[in-house]
Amino acid sequence: MARLARLEVTDDELDAFAGQLDVILESMQTLGEVDTDGVEPTSHAVPLVNVFREDQPQPSLPRDAALAGGPDTAEGRFRVPRILDDEE
Amino acid sequence: MTKLSTYEAAMAAYEPVLGLETHIELDTGTKMFCGCPTAFGAEPNTQICPVCLALPGALPVANRAAVEATMKIGLALNCRIAEWTRFARKNYFYPDMPKNFQTSQYEEPLCEDGYVDVAVDGDHYRVEIERVHLEEDTGKTLHVGGATGRIHGATESLVDYNRAGIPLVEIVTKPVPGAGDLAPEVARAYVTELRDIVRSLGVSDVRMEQGSLRCDVNVSLNRAGDAWGTRTETKNVNSLRSVERAVRHEIRRQAALLDSGEKIHQETRHFHEATGETSPGRSKEEATDYRYFPEPDLAVMEPDREWVERLRSGLPELPRKRRERLRAEWGLGELEMQSVVNADAVEIIEATVAAGASPTAAVKWWLGELSRRANETGVELGELRIGPEQVAELQGMVDDGRLNDKLARQVIDGVLADEGGPAEVAASRGLEVVSDTGALEAAVDEAIAANPDAAEKIRGGKHAAAGALIGAVMKSTKGQADAGAVRELILSKLG
Repeated sequence: MARLARLEVTDDELDAFAGQLDVILESMQTLGEVDTDGVEPTSHAVPLVNVFREDQPQPSLPRDAALAGGPDTAEGRFRVPRILDDEE
Repeated sequence: MTKLSTYEAAMAAYEPVLGLETHIELDTGTKMFCGCPTAFGAEPNTQICPVCLALPGALPVANRAAVEATMKIGLALNCRIAEWTRFARKNYFYPDMPKNFQTSQYEEPLCEDGYVDVAVDGDHYRVEIERVHLEEDTGKTLHVGGATGRIHGATESLVDYNRAGIPLVEIVTKPVPGAGDLAPEVARAYVTELRDIVRSLGVSDVRMEQGSLRCDVNVSLNRAGDAWGTRTETKNVNSLRSVERAVRHEIRRQAALLDSGEKIHQETRHFHEATGETSPGRSKEEATDYRYFPEPDLAVMEPDREWVERLRSGLPELPRKRRERLRAEWGLGELEMQSVVNADAVEIIEATVAAGASPTAAVKWWLGELSRRANETGVELGELRIGPEQVAELQGMVDDGRLNDKLARQVIDGVLADEGGPAEVAASRGLEVVSDTGALEAAVDEAIAANPDAAEKIRGGKHAAAGALIGAVMKSTKGQADAGAVRELILSKLG
C-alpha cells in the first residue's frame, strides 16, 4: 500500500501503521452492519445536477503567485526531481 | 536491430486486429473546469489558477461549451448520449498534473456505441466506436539533463501547466478485425474521417502537428481461426501518414516475433517519425491501478433530451454527405472520389477548383504529379510548397497553350524550389511552348530533311510515321513545342 501511494516508510513505521490501519479497517466494518438494502449508492452529497459555467475567460493567477506554491522553480516553470529511477 | 517480417509474409500468416484511441483538444476559449484562457504558445504558467493547481478550497465547474462540443462529436459519430453521466478521478503519480489525478470519465462516458464508415480501395469498413468521453489535458514536461530532452537519463524536469485542464475528448474504437492487409490504410482512413468530422463541427482545429489531435494505435495479430493476440499500444503517432506506417511496422515486427515462437508483451511503444519504427515505452510494471473513483467536486450531468435533439438537428453537413455532393459537382466516379479522400485532397482540390481550375485538372494534378512529389519527400499534400492558387494558375497556362504537360512539370519543380509562382518560374526558366510559327516551321522542315524515310511514309498516307518527326521536333525545341500543333504542321506540309 505504501508503494501504491509512493510513500517512503521505515520497517518500524510500517509495523506501527499496519496496526493503526487494522483499527481503521475494523472501524469501517461497523459501517457494513447498516442495512442498505434498497438504498442507491451515491457519489455526491448534494442533490445538484447539470452545474455548468459559461465559456467566459476569467483572470489567471499572476505567474509569480502561481509558482509561489511550488517547492522549486526555474525558467517560469515548476521544477521537479528526476521522474524515472535509474533502473527504469 | 528489430527483426521484421516482410509485410506480405506477415499477412500470409496472420490476421491483424486494430484499435484506435484518439484525443482531441477542444478549442473552447477557457479550460474544462475553470475560466483560464487556452491560448496556444503563451508564456509558461501564465494561464493557470487555483483550480488548475488544485489549491485547497478550489472548486472546479464544468464548461458547458465543452460538454456540448463533446455531445456534438458523439452525435456525429452516431453515438447514444448518456442520460446520466459523471466525471471520475484517474489517480496516478506523474508531475504533469499538480493534483495527482486527471479528471476524466470512467464507467459512465458522455457518449457510447457509435460508428464511422470508411472506404478503402472500393471496400467499405464500419469502425465501431465504443465511447466518447470528456477529460482534461495534462501539463507539458520539459526534461533536463538527459539526452535530447528525453525522460530517460534526465536529472530533473520543468513543468508548464498552461495546457493542464484544457478540455480533451477521447474517442475509443471497439476492436476492428477483418481489415486484413488493408489494416494500415483502414486505420489512416478512420483517423482522417474522424478529423474531418470534428473539423466540420467546428469544435477543434484538429491539427496533428500541433497536438490538438493525437492518436494511439493498438495492433495485435492472430492466426486465422485463433483468438485475438496480445496487443501493443503505439503512442507518439503525429501524422496521418504515421498512423499507416505505425500499423504496418507493428504488423511486421509482431509477425517476426511470433514466427520465432516468441510472445508479444502487452506494452506501450513509441513511434519514431524519422525511422518509421516503434520502440518500447516505459515498462508496463506500472500497468497502473488508477484507482478511479467518482469526482465528488463536480455535479452529475443529465443532458436533457431536448438539448440533445437541438444539437442533433443543428449538426452541419458532415464530410460524407459533403463528399457525395462534391463528387457529383466534380463528375467523379466513386473510386476516384475515394482516392481523393484517402489522399486527403478534398479540401485542396475544392480550393483549386474555387481558384479557377476545372475539377478534372485539379484532381489530375493533386492525385498525380503532386502526390508523387509529396510521397518522394515524405510530406502531406498540404505541406508541399505549392498551393491551390498556383496549381490553378499553372493549369490556366496549360489551357492557354503556353505550357504543355512536360513544361508544366518543370514549372512545378521551380515553384517547389521557391523560385516564385508558375508565371514567374516559366519566365525565369524560359519554359514556354514555342508558339513562334516561324521557329516551329523551321524545326519541322529540319526534321523532315533529317528523316526522309519517315517523310516519305507520311506522304504515302502512313500518318503513324509522324511520331518520329514529332519526336525530332520536340527534341530540337527542348520539349517546348506543343505536340498537337507540331503534328498538324507536319501533316499539312506532307499531306
